Amino acid sequence: MLEMRNETYLNVGIALLLLAVPLGAWVMDESYYITVASRVAILALAGVGLNLALGFGGMVSFGHAAFFGLGGYAAGVLSHHAFEGSVFLNWPVTIDGSDATLTLWFAAILLSGAVAAIIGMISLRTSGVYFIMITLAFAQMIYYLAISLPTYNGEDGLPLYLRSSLPGLDMSDDLTFFFVCYALLLLAIFLSVRIVGSRFGAALECARQNETRLSAIGIAPYPVKLTAFVFSAMITGLAGALFVELNGFVSPSILSWHLSGEIMIFVILGGVGRFYGPIVGAALFIVLETVIGGYTERWQLFLGIILLGVVLFARGGVIGLLAGKARHD
Amino acid sequence: MSAAFIFEQLLNSLQLGVMLFVMAAGLTLVFGVMGLINLAHGSLYMVGAFFCAWVAGETGSFWVGLGAGLVAAAAAGAVIEMLVMRRLYDRDHLDQVLATFSLILIFNEGTRWVFGAQPLYLDIPAGLATSVPLPGGGGYPLYRLVIIGFGIATAVGLYLLISRTRLGMQIRAGESDREMIGALGVDINTLYTLVFAIGAMLAGLAGALVGALQSVEVGMGEPVLILAFVVIVIGGIGSIKGALIGAILVGLVDTLGRAFLHKLFALALPPAEANGYGAAMASMAIYLLMAIVLAWRPKGLFPVNA
Repeated sequence: MLEMRNETYLNVGIALLLLAVPLGAWVMDESYYITVASRVAILALAGVGLNLALGFGGMVSFGHAAFFGLGGYAAGVLSHHAFEGSVFLNWPVTIDGSDATLTLWFAAILLSGAVAAIIGMISLRTSGVYFIMITLAFAQMIYYLAISLPTYNGEDGLPLYLRSSLPGLDMSDDLTFFFVCYALLLLAIFLSVRIVGSRFGAALECARQNETRLSAIGIAPYPVKLTAFVFSAMITGLAGALFVELNGFVSPSILSWHLSGEIMIFVILGGVGRFYGPIVGAALFIVLETVIGGYTERWQLFLGIILLGVVLFARGGVIGLLAGKARHD
Repeated sequence: MSAAFIFEQLLNSLQLGVMLFVMAAGLTLVFGVMGLINLAHGSLYMVGAFFCAWVAGETGSFWVGLGAGLVAAAAAGAVIEMLVMRRLYDRDHLDQVLATFSLILIFNEGTRWVFGAQPLYLDIPAGLATSVPLPGGGGYPLYRLVIIGFGIATAVGLYLLISRTRLGMQIRAGESDREMIGALGVDINTLYTLVFAIGAMLAGLAGALVGALQSVEVGMGEPVLILAFVVIVIGGIGSIKGALIGAILVGLVDTLGRAFLHKLFALALPPAEANGYGAAMASMAIYLLMAIVLAWRPKGLFPVNA
């Protein structure tokens, strides 16, 4: 129990630190660092989504960029139409563009969830290395679709000129935008905690450890895993929508398999199956990128070496290193 | 649409198919024997292409370059096997994915460091830069036929290696029980390094051969790597026969999709839209093929250890 309490302290510390950085930057009038903190919060949110599938459900999805990108495109395309004053769809129902934040979020969650249901239905028939490769392949399919469809500029992507509007908040203010991302991040972590702690979470945990045993007690593993996969994709999709708003730009690069790898790295660096792990992972990744990138343009080389070292020699991620082994498996 | 055009597209499919096979064979061999999923396979493809282009540029001979590409890829493979892969065999697939993903970052940036950011160009060897007449009119580049020849030779060579030689016997034994062949006195570490180097050399071969058809640039291995994944998932991971059938299928569906789908769409849509949707559908076609195969057979067409 002592170790669990260590992890709780650590989690509170992590959450407070992520809050302190942009506040400090705001005080010192360094808006660049507020944007960096928003990036960390958004990428961590994507990681929280993946963690639900990967960490708690044992589903090693190598295609979560698909959901991140679909969420991004859902938000980007709707707000593009709103800016142009054109309609997104005429038939069978008319769908206008929108610049209401909540509508964009809803669209992002809906689209990534719906596609995850289809991808999950096929992919979850397989397991192990097949699952890794199939999720990767489906993500590539969506990537190439985004590149070859001329409607939204294909490979060049769409610039977005305005942030969406949330009643009562000025989303174009960097600090406000950070707070929104931060609140959603904590909400997603809270939801993960509740999901994992529920009866459903127990079934999911069991599906990860031993599917046969789960079937033997009368629960079919497939729907449990599929549900978790869809939830996971929805959270990552929401992160995609925020990411697009942060950058004011949507392009197929947010669907690329490098991003799938990076989201996975956030989860692993922080610690698989740790609720606050993705924050640590995303923060470390961005810090490494910024710091090494400041010294040399070859930062990817050193990032690769560091990551390789972590995978080979430091299992359990940073939280595992600091708080000790907490999971029973 | 003439018969010659269709024939040409079929040859293109075959050319893509055999190259994917050469790529996928190494991937599936390494998975079959060592249980390792290697994302850095595309990097070895890139290494083969870069060394081939560099040495061919220095010496003026494509064939010397090809030899250098093969040696460089095999050597790079042996080195990463001894330094990294060896520690990953007992790990779960997640660790393997991450470690080999890190290797991609290292290889990409390292290659950019050594060879510069500009793409290299590799000329088709003199004497092969002609075309041969096709029945029904038109011509077909001789070099692409040579690539098809290389692919078929690789398939036959691999078959003979695995079914007829002592090394092949050890590879097959390693696939079914690694402890047992260790107990029987086979040096398992050397065997694994050798198998990995063979797989790497195949990737290097594919990279060097294709390098003469396109520009040799950083990241060129990644799209091919993912196609090779699709191939081995369709064929059954670990099965070389599956890799061959899967590669030919993927080659056919991809090439014919790109050549004919937009014409099919043009029957119902105006030309501009037909081109757009045709291209989009064509780029999705192989993934749809994969989804259909998996819905029907979740372990691929030729499952190993089913």
